[in-house]
Amino acid sequence: MAIINMRKMKKNQSGIITAIKVNGELGRRIRDMGLVPGTEIMIQGRAPLYDPVSIRVMDFKLALRNSEADYIDVEV
Amino acid sequence: MELMLALAGNPNSGKTTLFNELTGSRQHVGNYPGVTVEKKEGEYKYNGQKIAITDLPGTYSLTAYSEEEVVARDFLVNKRPDTVVNIVDASNLERNLYLTVQFLELGIPVCIALNMIDVAKDRGLIIDDEKLSSLMGIPIVPTIARSGKGKKEIIAAAVKIAKEGKKRESLQISYGDDLDNILLEFEKKIQANNFMTDIYPARWIALKYLEKDNQIIDKGRLENSRLSLSLEEDTKKITEHLGKTLDTYPEAMIADYRYGFIKSILKQGVIERKYDHNRLYASDQIDKVLTHRLLGPLIMLTILMGLYHITFTYGAIPMGWLESFFGLLGDTVSRLLPDGLFKSMIISGVIDGVGGVLGFVPLIMLMFFGIAILEDSGYLSRVAYMLDRVFKIFGLHGNSVMPFIVSGGIAGGCAVPGIMATRTLKSRKERLATMLTAPFMNCGAKLPVMALLIGTFFSENSAFLMFMLTLLSWAGALIAAKILRMTIISGKETPFVLELPPYRWPTLKGLLIHTWERSWQYIKKAGTVILGISIIIWAMMTFPQMPTSKIEEFKQKRELVYSSFPAPVIKELKSKDEDSILSEKAQELGIQILKINNTESEEKLKNSIAGRIGTSLESITRFTGFDWRTNIALVGGFAAKEVVISTLGTAYSLGEIDSEDSASLGEILAKSPHWNPVVALSLIVFTMFYAPCFVAVVVIIKESGSWKWGAFSIIFNTVIAFILSIIIFQGGLFLNLTGG
Repeated sequence: MAIINMRKMKKNQSGIITAIKVNGELGRRIRDMGLVPGTEIMIQGRAPLYDPVSIRVMDFKLALRNSEADYIDVEV
Repeated sequence: MELMLALAGNPNSGKTTLFNELTGSRQHVGNYPGVTVEKKEGEYKYNGQKIAITDLPGTYSLTAYSEEEVVARDFLVNKRPDTVVNIVDASNLERNLYLTVQFLELGIPVCIALNMIDVAKDRGLIIDDEKLSSLMGIPIVPTIARSGKGKKEIIAAAVKIAKEGKKRESLQISYGDDLDNILLEFEKKIQANNFMTDIYPARWIALKYLEKDNQIIDKGRLENSRLSLSLEEDTKKITEHLGKTLDTYPEAMIADYRYGFIKSILKQGVIERKYDHNRLYASDQIDKVLTHRLLGPLIMLTILMGLYHITFTYGAIPMGWLESFFGLLGDTVSRLLPDGLFKSMIISGVIDGVGGVLGFVPLIMLMFFGIAILEDSGYLSRVAYMLDRVFKIFGLHGNSVMPFIVSGGIAGGCAVPGIMATRTLKSRKERLATMLTAPFMNCGAKLPVMALLIGTFFSENSAFLMFMLTLLSWAGALIAAKILRMTIISGKETPFVLELPPYRWPTLKGLLIHTWERSWQYIKKAGTVILGISIIIWAMMTFPQMPTSKIEEFKQKRELVYSSFPAPVIKELKSKDEDSILSEKAQELGIQILKINNTESEEKLKNSIAGRIGTSLESITRFTGFDWRTNIALVGGFAAKEVVISTLGTAYSLGEIDSEDSASLGEILAKSPHWNPVVALSLIVFTMFYAPCFVAVVVIIKESGSWKWGAFSIIFNTVIAFILSIIIFQGGLFLNLTGG
């Protein structure tokens, strides 16, 4: 078990969010989408230019930029 | 009294589908005052009783970060609908309930339409709706909005709540010891001062202060600045405390606990899963192809090109019908009315103006139909996903691609539907930057201008040059967008965080309603604002009229010519009809008279306001190589860019010429000492970049919600065009390419 940054996760890798380290609008939007500590996520793929990344959260699919994924720590 | 219901829910939850299913054609779309968010209202008959239904914008939450959320929140507290029907996607329950919880905290009467239960079932999710209902304390009705299943039942449930009219206690969630204590403290203070408690529940106000909700804090400061400041101060303290002890923020904790509350409900046997929840859905399999690293972009390009092609190929057919209809109307009016100013105004101002504008309607309808398919199927968010990396560099969004392409990113589009296509962009700054730069693309109206000048001065490299100009328009638009985003529309990029909804078949009803409502908004505009501007432009090119002495002069000139020909020849010319073949003498007379008439038109134009503007602008435009004739043409081009050609024709005494058939104008330009390839290129680039045509400007004003952006686009674009033209012309002079 290790805690890594979401950007570093590989395709099809899953893990549990441990921390969201951002405030303000971005933090709010990330949390509104259910990305809160304790939520399980799985990397589903990356866009053709490697950014954004698409993930499975709960029962839906979400895309976010790598620069936004930087604020999310995941235990894998 | 008429009952009022509001539909609220997450984007992609089937909210609008349910709304369409309930109201059908009995709905209308407007805008909320001051913002660009669409306001949809409709009517539903329930047991003979009229019920007003409002479709609130889809939101994930009720914060103050986006226009949609503020609009939804304000509507709920100010308009106080009798019941809120919260549409919840059953296949994505946890996240959808996050909004529900916020409704309950706000203490508004809610019932849940548990939508897409069929999809949930296919995904192996079995939901015990009765249990969920008793745990949440609100009625829940399973629905399938696409087929209308459950729509009567959900309305019945909503009406029942409304008729009971019970005051709802707002839901109280525990936010952990730290926050619970401070919430209690805040609540006491708020209640003791009746601090906005006539509008919001006290605990909710307290929560919003802890969440640092700008809208509520601003309101609070106005209401009671002392109390507001003390709450803000306390919030600061608890924020510091949480940061030190738990390394978190109040707003983060609030979100955590809200989700925790939902999880604790769902864990009590509400959801049963038949499959592992990381199992791939059909939609994920499709994504493997459609967003594949190599195939994805190729398929996307094919789809976007296809949509573009269909819009402009098939749109051209009804557009042709409309054009012939207005042509016929013009001819008829021309025959019925006596010559004079009134006739000229009706034909050149009203019929040509409104006709030209309504001519766009088929394009707009087809384009919105195409976009509606992409949007409703879920593909459009994949386009944003794949292209975001590129557009982000320029401060735009992945979804900016569509407006650019429609506007003429592939030469031949139109900025009017292009600007309207920016509605797919949900983030305001990116949307504005896209809207303001999309008119740089080479729309269909610029093409005749480019074709004429390229054909005349660069006939050997025409294809290559055309390609380079297309690249130039993209480069110009993207760089201008970057400049805008670094200056007047500056600010951090809007977070991308975008849901990729599962692929779905769009419903025809949804597509048609979507297409119609947007086209109708445009048509209404054509009848009002655009008619007015069209008449103004006509007046600018007509007034002031030539002094009578001048008119008399031309009359005498004509008489002089007539007097030099024998009477039978004059009679032959005057009585000619379409198929009569004239004698040589009569032809010669005809030509001489035409020359005088055309010179008269030229003089009239030069004498008009537009002409005077053109002449006085010469002092500036000599830097770009334009004389007064070109200037007038460019002023006229504000009506529609293809008018540049017909006006140039008049200014060069050719009479009215058709923009499709401009060979004669080309010959004159090629021989004229004023013209050379450098001037031509300077004019091409100027035409590409200067002020959008007035229809586009009106649409910009409408879509941006402010006339200031319309004015800005006229000035900003013209300045850019001017700078580029100076560079080209002066560069040409410097390199001695003008041939003179």
